[in-house]
Amino acid sequence: MLKHKQTEAMPAIWDFAAETLDRDALRTLQLQRLQQTLQATAQKVPCYQAKYAACGFEPGDVQSLDQLADLPFTTKEDLRQNYPYGMFAVPMRDVVRIHSSSGTTGKPTVVGYTRDDLHIWTQLVARFMTAAGVTADDIVHIAFGYGLFTGAFGLHYGTEAIGASVIPMSGGNTDKQLMIMQDYRSSALVCTPSYALTIADRMEQNGLNLKDFSLRVGLFGAEPWSEQMRREIESRLGIIATDNYGLSEVMGPGVAGECQCRRGMHIAEDHFLAEIIDPDTGKVLPEGEVGELVITSLSKQAFPVVRYRTRDITRLNYQKCDCGRTLARMEKTRGRSDDMLIIKGVNVFPTQIEEVLFQIEGCQPHYQLVIDRINNMDRLEIQVEVNEHIFFDEMKEQRRFVNEAEHKLASVLGISANIKLIEPSGIIRHEGKASRVLDRRKL
Amino acid sequence: MKVEQISIFIENKSGRLAEVTGILGKSGVNIRALSLADTSDFGILRLIVDAPAKALEILRSHSFTVNKTEVVGVEVNDRPGGLAEILSILDKNSVNVEYMYAFVERSGGNAVIIFRFDNVDEAIHVLVRNGIKVLEGEKISGI
Repeated sequence: MLKHKQTEAMPAIWDFAAETLDRDALRTLQLQRLQQTLQATAQKVPCYQAKYAACGFEPGDVQSLDQLADLPFTTKEDLRQNYPYGMFAVPMRDVVRIHSSSGTTGKPTVVGYTRDDLHIWTQLVARFMTAAGVTADDIVHIAFGYGLFTGAFGLHYGTEAIGASVIPMSGGNTDKQLMIMQDYRSSALVCTPSYALTIADRMEQNGLNLKDFSLRVGLFGAEPWSEQMRREIESRLGIIATDNYGLSEVMGPGVAGECQCRRGMHIAEDHFLAEIIDPDTGKVLPEGEVGELVITSLSKQAFPVVRYRTRDITRLNYQKCDCGRTLARMEKTRGRSDDMLIIKGVNVFPTQIEEVLFQIEGCQPHYQLVIDRINNMDRLEIQVEVNEHIFFDEMKEQRRFVNEAEHKLASVLGISANIKLIEPSGIIRHEGKASRVLDRRKL
Repeated sequence: MKVEQISIFIENKSGRLAEVTGILGKSGVNIRALSLADTSDFGILRLIVDAPAKALEILRSHSFTVNKTEVVGVEVNDRPGGLAEILSILDKNSVNVEYMYAFVERSGGNAVIIFRFDNVDEAIHVLVRNGIKVLEGEKISGI
């Protein structure tokens, strides 16, 4: 009964004033907040001081949003070089929470939040959850892993702010997830889209009936997914499947999220300034073009970012949405402008694999990552060209090499990978350069 | 007393064995003995040939991954229990056999078995001390 009542009612807007703000007023607000952010970074963060000095920029000079295009970008490399706390703009006594990026090369990136930052984050998550249709009547089943990753905690506090009930389930153990989902009557599911399909598969395998579940809406993020996958999730779980976007370097989930129109994710533009650039030239692209998303935070205290290159490829739409929101919408991300892969929701860089292979026998074999999606689960196979350093006449030794490499990769990447040994020149090279990645997933 | 064996990495797919033997055949290298250990993905082909250095060079030039290893050729009486006697001697002396395979041709009236040991020198010492005939490398290649 509840199901019908909610979809027929006018969809609620969490922060009506902010989400339907006139675009001129929004631009004024953005400029004012941008000036504050630039001042704060220029005063408190040596990395930004150096960047500004290098291009002769004075934060006080900014009188229009267009001037942002003259500023240098911030990259993941900047964050790594300032590991762990070098990019923080407040003393540690003002930091009340620390999160970290999921598996990346070498050192992770560390982000911090003040009490005000956490408050805004919670509000922004409540915003997109409300836009997706979650209300105080919902029981929200969070199947993201709780930990350094921002996903679970972000959604957790947003759910509480709405007044819905949180089930802090965390990841793994699908059978138990199903039991709890059924018995506790979870109505909203939070996880990666591929895990949603794993849940659907297990339901079928265990002969469970969708009628015994109370699910009606899903909030999926942390990895790219297609419209086709959305349709599959919606039909197999009998829910409305919504997409949301965020990255820990910027805040976490809540940067953008879909409303029930499901035609793009509304960006919280009162807190984040979005630009689309050409990833090769760095030039800002005209409205509506596809390019790399660059984000400047407008209200963050502990970890402000100025022109942070997300490496995510998307497109922005500034038209007012049917839901009434004036906030710009970003399309589902279409890929990356670097070589990062998202496999089972985990960030994987090919260089991590190079490092592991190098550690084992001290040599650098050619390799290729082959990623498939089989039964809705990502599968990573690493094809390694056998050279004389990693070739043994004894099968026992050869197996030991494979096992050790698989074991090390699993611990470094955080996901399992199969190693397949292949003959030299088994990997096709383009202009002498081996292609490192073969992504066969149909997203 | 040691024999040079070459091992070749091959993917477990049709035609690879024919490819290797074909390349060697065209170059006039004669295969004297052969063994293959395989998994579902790949195999390790081990060969005793009449010209190991040449075989290595040719296979490398065809982009095969190859290694050479020292193995031991042992004459075994061609009668029931002949091999068991030798294995029992090795076992009593704690000599570990990694793998072994039979030679196609004979040496006189005896069979020839190729052994891969952990410790080749120790193994040869044990065999000789127990009166087992270990074949010279050149002799094996010439059989």
